[in-house]
Amino acid sequence: MKLKKILPQAITLLVVILIFGFFTMNAQLNMENRGIDFGYGFLSQESSFDVQFSLIEYSGSDSYARAYLVGLLNTLLVSILGIILCTLLGVIVGIARLSPNYLIRTTAAWYVEFFRNIPLLLQIFFWYYAALRALPLPQDAEAIFGASYLTIKGFYTPSLIWENLDIFIYSVIAAIIAIIFVRIQAKKLRENVGKHLPVLNISIAILFVLPLLSFLFGGVNVGYETPELKQLAKTSFKFEGGLSIPPELLSLVIALSLYTATFVAECVRAGIQGVGKGQREAASSIGLNRKQVLNLIIMPQALRIIIPPTTNQYLNLTKNSSLAAAIAYPDLVLVFAGTALMQTGKAIEIVSITMLTYLTLSLSISFFMNWYNAKIAIVEK
Amino acid sequence: MSTLNLLNPSKDNLQSNLYLGSFLVGISILDVFLNSFLKLNITSFLPSIISIVLPFLLGMFGFHLMRIEFSGIKNLDRLNKNINTNNFNAALTLLIIFLIIKAIPPVMSWMILDANISGDSKDACTGSGACWTYIKVWFKRFMYGMYPNEHIWRVNLAFIFLVVLAFVGFVTPQKYRNLLTLYYVVIYPIIAFILIYYLISGGEFGLEWVETGAWGGLSLTFIVSFFSLIFCFPLGMALALGRRTELPIVKYVSVGFIEFWRGVPLITVLFMSSVMFPMFLPEDFFMDKLVRVIIAISLFEAAYVAEVIRGGLQALPRGQYDAAKSLGMGYWKMHIFVILPQALKLVIPGMANTFLALVKDTPLIFVVGLAELAGMLQMAKTNPKWLGYAMEGYVFAAIIFWIICYAMSKYSYNLELKYKTDR
Repeated sequence: MKLKKILPQAITLLVVILIFGFFTMNAQLNMENRGIDFGYGFLSQESSFDVQFSLIEYSGSDSYARAYLVGLLNTLLVSILGIILCTLLGVIVGIARLSPNYLIRTTAAWYVEFFRNIPLLLQIFFWYYAALRALPLPQDAEAIFGASYLTIKGFYTPSLIWENLDIFIYSVIAAIIAIIFVRIQAKKLRENVGKHLPVLNISIAILFVLPLLSFLFGGVNVGYETPELKQLAKTSFKFEGGLSIPPELLSLVIALSLYTATFVAECVRAGIQGVGKGQREAASSIGLNRKQVLNLIIMPQALRIIIPPTTNQYLNLTKNSSLAAAIAYPDLVLVFAGTALMQTGKAIEIVSITMLTYLTLSLSISFFMNWYNAKIAIVEK
Repeated sequence: MSTLNLLNPSKDNLQSNLYLGSFLVGISILDVFLNSFLKLNITSFLPSIISIVLPFLLGMFGFHLMRIEFSGIKNLDRLNKNINTNNFNAALTLLIIFLIIKAIPPVMSWMILDANISGDSKDACTGSGACWTYIKVWFKRFMYGMYPNEHIWRVNLAFIFLVVLAFVGFVTPQKYRNLLTLYYVVIYPIIAFILIYYLISGGEFGLEWVETGAWGGLSLTFIVSFFSLIFCFPLGMALALGRRTELPIVKYVSVGFIEFWRGVPLITVLFMSSVMFPMFLPEDFFMDKLVRVIIAISLFEAAYVAEVIRGGLQALPRGQYDAAKSLGMGYWKMHIFVILPQALKLVIPGMANTFLALVKDTPLIFVVGLAELAGMLQMAKTNPKWLGYAMEGYVFAAIIFWIICYAMSKYSYNLELKYKTDR
């Protein structure tokens, strides 16, 4: 009996150790032969390559560590934009798939079937090399809403210039804390005294009033800068100033959110359908009105079904954002596992750092999700 | 009764409301249709902004008039129930109809009416639509990559054999049915490997050797997804069972393996297989890039397969395990005869999704320099003789991939229905 338990484990352990030992030995031998030394010291060396698009100050004289940070921030930027857009679109399409209107239902179903069944890489290529290449040149671009321009070189829109931005941010944080406080108090009041407070209205009021105060008394001010067309040479024009979004980022975000939205839509649909009809009927029969049925009975249960698979999709989107490397958007993979690897030749170190970064990202999100799932799980008796 | 009450359509003035309503809706659709197909604007005498929103307003009012509950006319009731339940729905209905009418002419003219397919050079493309000549000229490259033209029959032959052999299951007499699993899991992959090794790769029996670097196009997509699929399934099953055992070392090794591969993007795995993995091999040991890539994709997908199968294992009620044990079955007997057949049946949809994801992931091998369909498109697009036809290439590839993936998902849906047992 004991042997039956020990033997498989011993074999597994042995195999794992053998494989790892074999690989490590070979790696050491190979590196010795080629005269490469293993180490992460290169991170502090000067990188001497440029990155096209970066959220923080970066130039060739900065270190590899900073280049890594630039790549990571770019990856996070794409992921966050993609997650926001795919959630909006996914929820709309998911609800549309349950619409009583035949045309809307069918259109939503076709949208899902269409975008889900084409490889993401092809979609990114399509947006970047075919669709966005059909846009006008900077000098021919027509203004959208008077000040934004969609051109072949990217999207240009006025940028906001803040004075005393920090005070504004503090005011928003204060407003959020105040709202949480109000909610807790309202819940207490409801449970102890049975009195209902219009929590939503109070929250909205706080969210507007506090930042407004910061404008009036905190010295916060907003100006804006519009993009201007500049002539570089006889036929070469360029927009300067304002906020510019490069076409790589644009096509990546469009493709990622259109693709992932199909999966989010399916999660939303499954979640809403997963709440039994009896729940709705029971809720109405105890005298809740339509809004209360939706807010107190349907949504909490539907969200419990929707959130875990949707988080999974967010994770997929984050991992898929690494496809950026195929259209030369400087994300983590392109900047670090591409350019930096090419320059330093430190394959093992760089690939392992890149993989560890993604691993940390996804593991931390899935730990959070497990915790959240355990928290909201229905406690059965 | 005598006055036509337009604001509150009801059964009393059914006829007049119905006629007026359908007339207005008809006019609004006709206006958009003429506008879009014949470039005729019958409301051009109006100011431009009114001319644009007029069909919408007319349609909305028409639908409003037609919205008569329990009219007793079967088709009208069905129409109202499906596309005209309230103003919001009617608006969306109209917008979708307008959008479809507006979209048809440009798409049609680009794809068919103004497109060119004759000739064999760029000069043949004179129309303003798509240049299908580009696809026609590059078709062999898109299908077979840089595989030498005179040897393409070998690829075709291999694939024909594989397809024919795959259909053995449908014609096997009842007597040998229980050997089918063995055939599909062990014999078929071996035959496939032999076929591809000797026929496509060549080098023996008087067939010229074609290096894997020349393989490409859609056939490479098939080869990579086929082998990855075959390898990742048994590995994933083993990992799923490993994760569910009570033996701590086996369990944690499986968990670690699964979580590692699920946590990293495929692109980094491919980078690892192409730049990092050779460092881990003995110096004189050479492994072809294609083989490395197939191993990488198999390991990657095996983790996903494992999670899907685990879901099926968890969904089985405890009673199944208890019953099998009480019959005196050991671990393997219990799993092979009782647990896995039921669990695998449960996970058909999940498995199909994983395999679909695998097929959709194969174009990624482009980043390590293997030119399957998407890679060949990139190559053809930058060919100086054929600049500017990126769109046609992507549309072509998208249609091909869409057909493959859609067929797979429909097939899996049929399988799901076929094996559905009431429990």
